Amino acid sequence: MWTAFLFAAIIAGTPLLFATLGELITEKSGNLNLGVEGMMLMGAIMGFSVGIWTGSPVMAMVGAILAGAGGALIFAVLTVSLRANQVVTGLALTIFGTGFASFMGKDYVGMVTPPAIKSFFHAVELPFLSDIPYLGPILFKHDVFVYFGYVSILVASIYLYKTRRGLNLRAVGENAAAADASGIPVTLYKYIHIIVGGALCGLGGAYLSLVTIPVWQEGVTSGRGWIAVALVIFASWNPTKAMLGAFLFGGLDILGFRLQSQGIPVSQYLIDMLPYVATVVVLILSTKNNKKENRPPQDLGVPYFREER
Amino acid sequence: MLKIIKRDDVSKRQSILIRFMAIALSLVFSGVFILILGYNPIEVFGNMVIGALGTEMRIKETIIKAIPLIITSLGILVAFKMKFWNIGGEGQIIMGAFAATYIALNYADDFSRPVVLILMMLAAMITGGIWAFIPAFFKVKFGTNETIFTLMMNYIALKWVTYLQYGPWKDPNSQGFPKVANFEVNAVLPSLFGIHIGWIIAILLTVLIYIFMNYTKRGYEITVVGESIDTAKYAGMNIKAIVITAMLISGGLCGLTGMIQASAIERTLTVSLSGGYGFTAIITTWLSNLKAPFVLLTSLAFAVLLQGGSYIQIAMQVPSSVADMIQGMILFFVLGSEFFIRYTIALKTKEVA
Repeated sequence: MWTAFLFAAIIAGTPLLFATLGELITEKSGNLNLGVEGMMLMGAIMGFSVGIWTGSPVMAMVGAILAGAGGALIFAVLTVSLRANQVVTGLALTIFGTGFASFMGKDYVGMVTPPAIKSFFHAVELPFLSDIPYLGPILFKHDVFVYFGYVSILVASIYLYKTRRGLNLRAVGENAAAADASGIPVTLYKYIHIIVGGALCGLGGAYLSLVTIPVWQEGVTSGRGWIAVALVIFASWNPTKAMLGAFLFGGLDILGFRLQSQGIPVSQYLIDMLPYVATVVVLILSTKNNKKENRPPQDLGVPYFREER
Repeated sequence: MLKIIKRDDVSKRQSILIRFMAIALSLVFSGVFILILGYNPIEVFGNMVIGALGTEMRIKETIIKAIPLIITSLGILVAFKMKFWNIGGEGQIIMGAFAATYIALNYADDFSRPVVLILMMLAAMITGGIWAFIPAFFKVKFGTNETIFTLMMNYIALKWVTYLQYGPWKDPNSQGFPKVANFEVNAVLPSLFGIHIGWIIAILLTVLIYIFMNYTKRGYEITVVGESIDTAKYAGMNIKAIVITAMLISGGLCGLTGMIQASAIERTLTVSLSGGYGFTAIITTWLSNLKAPFVLLTSLAFAVLLQGGSYIQIAMQVPSSVADMIQGMILFFVLGSEFFIRYTIALKTKEVA
């Protein structure tokens, strides 16, 4: 029973994993993009509609990536080049993305993911790895999308902490003026990482609409984008912790359903509150013990303008 | 080469002009977008205006939509002026409605109509205020991120009211249909000139908030905290107290919106009662440049957009989410235009030695 629960928690946590990682990379460049919810929704609908349209899972994922990246590009132009207020721009992106998804999705409501995509995202047991006692059946009997999530976390960790470019990126987020003085192209770094971050958020949305809930319904993300923003803080800007956080919240997401199926009488509506209450608790706890290595990039949310140094 | 120069000589007229140009540009852009989607943009915009202002009845409908926007925007204004990003308007509206409904369901018969209505308003403002106080408290205590906190409070409020509607507050006389009982007349706001008196409250509050922000000490302190916390500290201001009072006002006003919507529009408590006003108000507040009198204008303009949006859905089968996208688009352009208020781009000329 525990194995089944944790297995399901990983599936429920995968959209969060992508979105959290996306926002984490964005924030490392010193930009706080609160449009995660909007970018996820844009990715969810583009992934779903391209999937219906072409029947190709790869094209669906490309569609989701482009949609998320497109939303992030709007954010980058406004906040990096035009130095608009990051908080309000992020909110605008969420409002826009919500409208975009509900408009584009109006003809798809209730439609089901095409079988070609369903079978593509069928669980694949990884040889050897899935035989590991306890962990194997939980971690390594998933669909390729989930494995792609693991790989993304691994790549991001190596990139951020073991490569020159990752070091440069962190320098941009910590102190853009100093990074600029040492010859790092600050604007380019910000643009690239905001866009990559948006693409990951789009993928997170697409996992929801293609795999987790393979039927289109309006507002599929139901606040997961915001939970992802909170998880970045919870993870103290560390990709590995972000993955753990995402799976933890995936577990909370499905807890109510599991408890009810065990015959424990709890109100579905009160249990539905849990992820949001937990986010608040996490938010309070992670800001309360503010250790030095857990703090955000120093220039987070501060626009950089060379002429105003 | 182009270079960017900071301008410090922007007149009020110029900055208003730039904003208007941004809005005009966003409408052109939305028009192109609508065209790509396969509709005639002129027809869509034209029908939106007709749908919002075409008959006396529709004008009344538009004003009814403007009322919650104005009051919520005023609440958000107070928080945004302090750079406290209260995006929990939705939750504060819902909790306000919840408290007002509690009074309406239990005490409507015990007092006269004015007393019941005033009690409902007070309960709504206090509960909305508490819903905003919780994130404010943790903000001043630990520096918790208020944006995410206030947003999570939206979802918690929503689930709470869903629980009530489907559970303990379900009307036993509704034949199993999950809805809360309707209010008695004593708990319904009266009308004046065919529109419920929320419009008088909205105008009064606009004046009050204008006076509060511009002519009182606390209002001035809120502005200073927003400009620079260091300055506020240096001047010996009690930042914690300022943040808390501002958020109590902010949440209180949103809560009042909830009471008005529950009492005058729904005449009961529903989960959809906040209708996205908490989010739309963020745009109207930002467009007003955080000035109370302009809130009236921007809220009315957006009420036209909302009312027109629901009209084109019926008249042209254009989904009302088009209006949502236009909202986002307008905000993008205005945000981008602020750059041109603060800076100007000039050709880099060779310096003469």
